[in-house]
Amino acid sequence: MKNISRSSYALLFIFLLCAPLFLHDFRVALLAKFLCFAILAVGICLIWGYTGILSLGHGVFFGLGAYCVAMYLKLEASPTGIPDFMGWSGIVELPGLWKPFANPYFAISAAVIVPVLLALVLGYFTFKNRIRGVYFSLISQALVVVFVTLFIGKQEITGGTNGLTNFSTAFGISLTNRGVQQVLYFITVGFLLLTVAFALWLTKSRAGKLLMAIREGENRVRFLGYNPTSFKVFVYCVSAALAGVAGGLFVLQVGMISPEMMGIIPSIEMVLWVAVGGRYSIFGAVIGAILTNSAKSFFSESYPDFWLFFLGGLFILVVLVMPNGLVGLGKSVGEKITSRIKKKEKEDVQHEAGPYVS
Amino acid sequence: MKPVLTCRDIKVDFDGFYALKGVNLNVFHEEVRFLIGPNGAGKTTLLDVICGKTRATNGQVIFEGSGQIDKMQEHKIASAGIARKFQAPSIFPKLTVFENLELSVKQKKSVWALLTAKLNSEVKAKIDYILEKINLQNERNREAGELAHGQKQWLEIGMQLIQEPNLLLLDEPIAGMSGVEREKTGYLIHDIAKECSVLVVEHDMDFVRNFSKQVTVMHEGAVLCEGSMAEVQENEQVVEVYLGRGKKVC
Amino acid sequence: MKGGAAMEIWASQLFNGLSYSSFLLLIALGLAITFGLMKVMNMAHGDMIMIGAYVTYSTQLIFSSFMPQNMFDYYFLFSIPIAFVVTACIGWILEKSLIQFLYNRPLDSMLATWGVSLILQQIARTIFGAPNVAVKTPSWLDGGLQIAAVTLPYKRLFILVLVGLCLTGLYVYLYRTAAGRRMTAVTLNRQMASCLGVNTRKVDAGAFALGSGLGGVAGCALTLLGPVGPTVGTNYIIDAFMIVILGGIGNLKGTLIGAVVIGLISTFVEFGSSATIAKVVVFALIILFLQWKPFGLISTRSRALD
Repeated sequence: MKNISRSSYALLFIFLLCAPLFLHDFRVALLAKFLCFAILAVGICLIWGYTGILSLGHGVFFGLGAYCVAMYLKLEASPTGIPDFMGWSGIVELPGLWKPFANPYFAISAAVIVPVLLALVLGYFTFKNRIRGVYFSLISQALVVVFVTLFIGKQEITGGTNGLTNFSTAFGISLTNRGVQQVLYFITVGFLLLTVAFALWLTKSRAGKLLMAIREGENRVRFLGYNPTSFKVFVYCVSAALAGVAGGLFVLQVGMISPEMMGIIPSIEMVLWVAVGGRYSIFGAVIGAILTNSAKSFFSESYPDFWLFFLGGLFILVVLVMPNGLVGLGKSVGEKITSRIKKKEKEDVQHEAGPYVS
Repeated sequence: MKPVLTCRDIKVDFDGFYALKGVNLNVFHEEVRFLIGPNGAGKTTLLDVICGKTRATNGQVIFEGSGQIDKMQEHKIASAGIARKFQAPSIFPKLTVFENLELSVKQKKSVWALLTAKLNSEVKAKIDYILEKINLQNERNREAGELAHGQKQWLEIGMQLIQEPNLLLLDEPIAGMSGVEREKTGYLIHDIAKECSVLVVEHDMDFVRNFSKQVTVMHEGAVLCEGSMAEVQENEQVVEVYLGRGKKVC
Repeated sequence: MKGGAAMEIWASQLFNGLSYSSFLLLIALGLAITFGLMKVMNMAHGDMIMIGAYVTYSTQLIFSSFMPQNMFDYYFLFSIPIAFVVTACIGWILEKSLIQFLYNRPLDSMLATWGVSLILQQIARTIFGAPNVAVKTPSWLDGGLQIAAVTLPYKRLFILVLVGLCLTGLYVYLYRTAAGRRMTAVTLNRQMASCLGVNTRKVDAGAFALGSGLGGVAGCALTLLGPVGPTVGTNYIIDAFMIVILGGIGNLKGTLIGAVVIGLISTFVEFGSSATIAKVVVFALIILFLQWKPFGLISTRSRALD
């Protein structure tokens, strides 16, 4: 079993590294976007699959990461030093909030730190009071509503419904250049590799086992002397950080971010990616994100009206029929095959042994 | 002799219903104390108060070395050295037997400590020792949820032992066990008592008779009497409580 | 003079707030009933509102094409029971086909019902188109009641009365009829009720239909407040979720208080600043409130470990 999982990871990353060789540039760009989502999906797998906390608000962390990087890109793309949309609202001086984002290193670190801080504060104040299950999920969803209305409402600072777009350079290098796009693709693959390695290490560590124990019986964990609050806040922050990284990488490659991309619907879709792949498996989260999004782009290219029916059906299907996702499906099929082979071998052995026994 | 645990005038009010009406109890070093009494006497509630699951409305719980513990959070009480086995086996079903024990080992319990924790030979030896004690050596890599009921009970006892507590609270440890298993559990409890004090809630009178020295009888949220099983059985009040007033008149 | 004007504004805001509260209450009650009964959080509840609103819209269309002109004004009264029946039926079908497999899996139930929600919205989009449609308010709801210098719009007054009637009906049903008492019994102790011969499966389906039907009625009320679109339910459902959290999940009395509190705070903060700030303030207040009472206004102590 261990070998199977190892070789499937190897196959996946070999495929990802070779993809630019045989895929059209346009497809590679799409794949790069999906890989950002895969990084985020690993975070959701850790908090939902392993720890049993369903967050319906990861779009916010993704969005915050993306906005942090986008603010830097936007400033670099504004020759006057003031983003165009601010000019339209009649702002002549750059708001204080924006000033530090002229520094790319600040912006990149903020893309991780800001989501983590938000997760830290919200996580601490909810988990400390033992708010969990549906309560927490609903609160995390309300968080999305708050941020989306805030980002749309404060148009003069955030760019409103349109979000931040129209930027083309980072560190003075053009982002639309083919070579740069490819480098960005490989950087994303690298980040995904790091993310997966980190997640595997975490889940194999004793802390990872405790996360599972929290999922199985949070109160039992307390009576073993652990404080579940700190572990839950920790895993919430980790997954927020991964979402922030994903958002930052996303904006570099896609070139835009808007409140719509962090809303309620994308947030809950993120959970679906993990559910499709298999919520208890890091590998499942990665392939779930890639496959679900591939299906989405296929449908929206060919049958845009049909996509929502498909998506809705997928939610129901994944919950009712395959709670362990594609990985679970693969596993049970694999087990059936091996048990059949074993059975056959046994029968063969019995056949051979037959005469001697009688 | 100084007690390990002292409960002073514990009262618990469940929305107007007093489950405990002022309980006083001392548990001493290396003692196995049995708590018996009819249903609704408040035995489990008393254990709940000691381990922090239920907050007392009144009174104090004092634990040797930690002082007053009744205001502390559950995990702090557990870290102070009080382990609790619940009535229904509460183990982590999707983790293996080994992992269940690994998480319960006495260790630093912060996030950082667990991230950096290594499965060294010392920990392994401890787990092996406990596995042998609870007779689950051959099940170490099975998911705990797949175990038989009695085995789950033992695993949970093992999870408490490996915490190396000073006081062990056992709530009906032999419920659902076969005769042989019961006896084994009884000896196990006495074995445990060499290293820590044990407070056992038990319904099975034969078991109590065979394995108890000191017994505390509870009734309707209060302590009725204390003593050896023989003494307690002589006590008129106890007889009355167990057999009912009607019977006594006859 | 100035003081008088301020008083009038306060009074009319208070009235608007109460009317909005009552509307939210109608939505939240449906959620509270189903969660209390079967631990299923119905994310598609918002779409029952949407369906109710589209039913009202359709009734209006039918009346304007097939009924005599003088009857048109009464279409709204007809649409209310129709919306209730239609959404209740959809709820019943939903329970029989999907929800019954999700009992005591609250997190999974959220995902699956979200899928249902997407499908229902896409169906609405296919039938009625993506743009919003407007429902014409019947003429007898135009204008308002003048009390001193304050005008109370008839529309909002109507919503208050409608919710009042629904609440009374619900109260009578739950506490005065055998079917309602069975439902209360199952909510309190499913196993015990089942042992006493209550058909819990039937009760569940009925309760789900009832909850959905209340959502449908809320949809009718919604058409008086604004335009109708396929995703209109989502806007209100989150507020309803917050009410349920504030009140204590599955608790009807708590739901009532929660609805009044959230409705009033939203309305007043929105009036004082903006809708954006109102959302942020309400969210912050809820998180603060939960520091004090983590399990909502009304919660019970239990002896179970998990």
